[in-house]
Amino acid sequence: MDSHEHDVLIIGGGGAGLRAAIELGENFPKLRVAVLSKVYPMRSHTVSAEGGAAAVIKSNDSLDKHAYDTVSGSDWLGDQDAIEAFVKEAPTEMLRMEHWGCPWSREPGGQVAVRPFGGMAIERTWFAADKTGFHMLHTLYQTSLKNPNTKWYDEWFATKLLVEDGRCQGAAAMEMLTGQMHAILARSVILCTGGAGRIFPFTTNGAIKTGDGMGLAYRAGVPIKDMEFVQYHPTGLPGTGILITEASRGEGGILVNKDGYRYLQDYGLGPLDPWPRLRAMELGPRDKLSQAFVHEDEKGRTIKGPYGSVVHLDLRHLGEAKINKKLPFVRELSKNYAGIDPVYEPIPVRPVIHYCMGGIDTDIHGATTLPGLFAAGECACVSLNGANRLGSNSLTELLVFGRRAARSAAEFATAHQGLATEPLKKQANDEQQRIATQFIRKQGGNERVANIRQEMNHTMESGAGIYRKEESLRATCNTLAKLKERFKNLSLDDRSVSFNTELITSLELEFMLELAQALAHSALARKESRGSHQRTDFVKRDDQNYLKHSMAFRTDGEPRIGYKDVVITRWPPGERVYGK
Amino acid sequence: MKPYIRPMPATWWLKRTPYLIFMLRELTAVFVGAYAVIFLVMIRRLNEGQAAYESFMASLRSPLAILFHVVALMFAVFHTVTWFHLTPKAMAVRIGEERVKPAMLIVPNYLAWAAISAIVAWFILG
Amino acid sequence: MANSTAESTMRLEVFRYEPDKAAEPRFQTYEVPFRKDWVVLDALNHIKDQSDGSLSFRWSCRMGVCGSCGMMINGVPKLSCAAFLRDYYPNTIRVEPLSHFPVLRDLVFQLDPFLDKLKSVQPWIIRREGEKPVSEGEYLQTPAQHARFKDFSMCINCMLCYAACPVVGMEPHFLGPAAIALAQRYNLDSRDEGRDQRQETVASHDGIWQCTFIGECSAVCPKHVDPAGAIQQAKVESTIDWFKEVLWPFGGRKS
Repeated sequence: MDSHEHDVLIIGGGGAGLRAAIELGENFPKLRVAVLSKVYPMRSHTVSAEGGAAAVIKSNDSLDKHAYDTVSGSDWLGDQDAIEAFVKEAPTEMLRMEHWGCPWSREPGGQVAVRPFGGMAIERTWFAADKTGFHMLHTLYQTSLKNPNTKWYDEWFATKLLVEDGRCQGAAAMEMLTGQMHAILARSVILCTGGAGRIFPFTTNGAIKTGDGMGLAYRAGVPIKDMEFVQYHPTGLPGTGILITEASRGEGGILVNKDGYRYLQDYGLGPLDPWPRLRAMELGPRDKLSQAFVHEDEKGRTIKGPYGSVVHLDLRHLGEAKINKKLPFVRELSKNYAGIDPVYEPIPVRPVIHYCMGGIDTDIHGATTLPGLFAAGECACVSLNGANRLGSNSLTELLVFGRRAARSAAEFATAHQGLATEPLKKQANDEQQRIATQFIRKQGGNERVANIRQEMNHTMESGAGIYRKEESLRATCNTLAKLKERFKNLSLDDRSVSFNTELITSLELEFMLELAQALAHSALARKESRGSHQRTDFVKRDDQNYLKHSMAFRTDGEPRIGYKDVVITRWPPGERVYGK
Repeated sequence: MKPYIRPMPATWWLKRTPYLIFMLRELTAVFVGAYAVIFLVMIRRLNEGQAAYESFMASLRSPLAILFHVVALMFAVFHTVTWFHLTPKAMAVRIGEERVKPAMLIVPNYLAWAAISAIVAWFILG
Repeated sequence: MANSTAESTMRLEVFRYEPDKAAEPRFQTYEVPFRKDWVVLDALNHIKDQSDGSLSFRWSCRMGVCGSCGMMINGVPKLSCAAFLRDYYPNTIRVEPLSHFPVLRDLVFQLDPFLDKLKSVQPWIIRREGEKPVSEGEYLQTPAQHARFKDFSMCINCMLCYAACPVVGMEPHFLGPAAIALAQRYNLDSRDEGRDQRQETVASHDGIWQCTFIGECSAVCPKHVDPAGAIQQAKVESTIDWFKEVLWPFGGRKS
């Protein structure tokens, strides 16, 4: 068993992972840092984020206002100590990005520009046209290349965390090119592996969003927090699920039903005018917009399309010049993948899965309950976003918590020098055997990866979608249990070792089935409606019993669901009011 | 784990039209160069006296010489046209934020060409 | 095999290389459903999901921004997520890994040398006296200043330009279109002061001077970066530098 030794191992090379790597390279140069990713870092899904990243910058804005917007947006499930730390560090992080060359869009005088975004009372969303995630990721990747000492494990897949003496001491990871397992030993590990949108059938998420890191932590005994809270982005393209950024609404775009009626005014987000208006109508929070779609659909007022019902996102009144300047990527995507030019026709859109508010339980310093294991970004749940995330908070979250987790990991690595090399190598060896037995050398079996995956997708959308109830959730839990059994009967076409992508998709599915279970069981246990978790059998928010985070713990059977209190500092639970 | 290297065929430029056009563009240099040599030879013959010059001019009227000149002229025109159309790429001219349209940089070249050709023609043809 | 009552189909002829099984590559033909909004990537995923799980290829975002899925589609470098089946139907589509790169497995190619080239141009903001403190706020940059490098910052590292460039195929050390465009992106950024440092790599024989301005790199670029423009502009600037050096050898800083 080949082994390698590092001080800090970062798993995941997206925005959070690269920010962590830069922090370590700049401020802890003596530490040996490695970044391990199943894709080359510039392919990470951060690249597809479009709209922007929020940080207080205008003189009429304040940290308290940003915090309040986030707290109320989270339907009071966000931990307020995390939110306060986040809004405070956000502007510094964003300025750092600017210094590193991020091409923020500018005011005529050269200052950084900001745009309105959903659920925010004041404009504070920094943006780089409508390709903010792309520019942020490439800026971070290129800046991280300044440090020649970082070790890059590109196209390596971590299949198991190595834990010994109650500490996380690295990961067993497979070099995808050769199929060989290696023991990557490290004094601390930071998971920055992103969300798990691919559990659902219609998603803005790319292929790689399969929740691997959440699965790694879950199997190592770390609870997955608030997994039932998954965000439907209100404006994805039908069929493909490709994201049409919230910025299109920030610039003034409107949502209309089949009668050309701006229906959001019927759902507590009006009045119509003036428009655009912050925290109102199409700039309301994402959970409410997605829920409104479901109601319109039930009333028969949506437009029937070849991929199900849609509503129309109308940008025509913005004019060609504004669309080309502020939303050029939206125009390109609509033309290529929806066959319409938004300058002349409205874009067909529907809610699609976009973001996991839930994830690996961490504290506000990025530490998990397993010593030596840290997490940041979408895979983590601090919780910054609570029951519903505001658009443009998550790109900033990558920076703030990527840095925090890096500092915590550095401190831990410095204080814990010993590595239990031999037992860890043995664990990696056992893991290699498991994969060989379960997949490569498996005899018999008759299931295909894609079929199990598609059935998982289907049951999640039908039972654990935007609106849920006891029967649908129970049915989903049962289906998932059966799918886990059927997974044992998987038979791969590809038994090779060199770049076996069918094996990778099987390992990803294995993680997804467990996370889907955590989601469905957490949703079943939460008998209230809050934010993006809406139950038709428990329609009200119940602060008495559920002002708490769900904590899903892995068992050999069904997940065990526990609870943890939400941290309230300065904003006692109130009502979410939009529109006025 | 053995990466497979695909050799680049010598006929790579026949696989796609843009590559063929590129090779023809490069080939124009040969004809332009050949014409320059003929021009230099003409100057030399002029220097060697009336008889040498007239014999040289007679040889230029042979069918082969005329064919060469027609082909060379075509290639020279192609050389010029491709050169003109590539110039906007090498110059990023902007007014404020907007890039000047390529045509605005190409057309002046044609105009200058026409003007200079007119002047040369006036000199030679009287 | 179009049938007016059953679903239409079409064929994909796909390059296969399975080093565990055979030393030589081969082509394998698959029949896939024809759907008018499908792209080649959808067809490949259909094959992998339903009939041949061993077909390996890279993909992720399927919206033309991650740069993973570059392939040769009928001999032209394209993103397989942007190549619509309807543009080829009913003919067979030939799918191969990007040219000028070693093949690791099926449609997956070796791209580490490309990353080395990117790194060699020092693609980060270089300032003579380091960054100013964040407490001083942002560097001002007008929209016109931003426009100077904006296009060159759009590169998704898909490497279609390397596959389209015959020079890359013939001269493995050529820096190549994307790396030079990235160098220009930083050279033209008003916040950067590192052009001199990059010149040794960029204005070298293996840099801009290997380019013969074929222009196919810009033609195939899915994000309209125009790397050919970047290279020619760099040639003009470097030539001006040279003249300045010759005429004013003891003169002030180069631009």
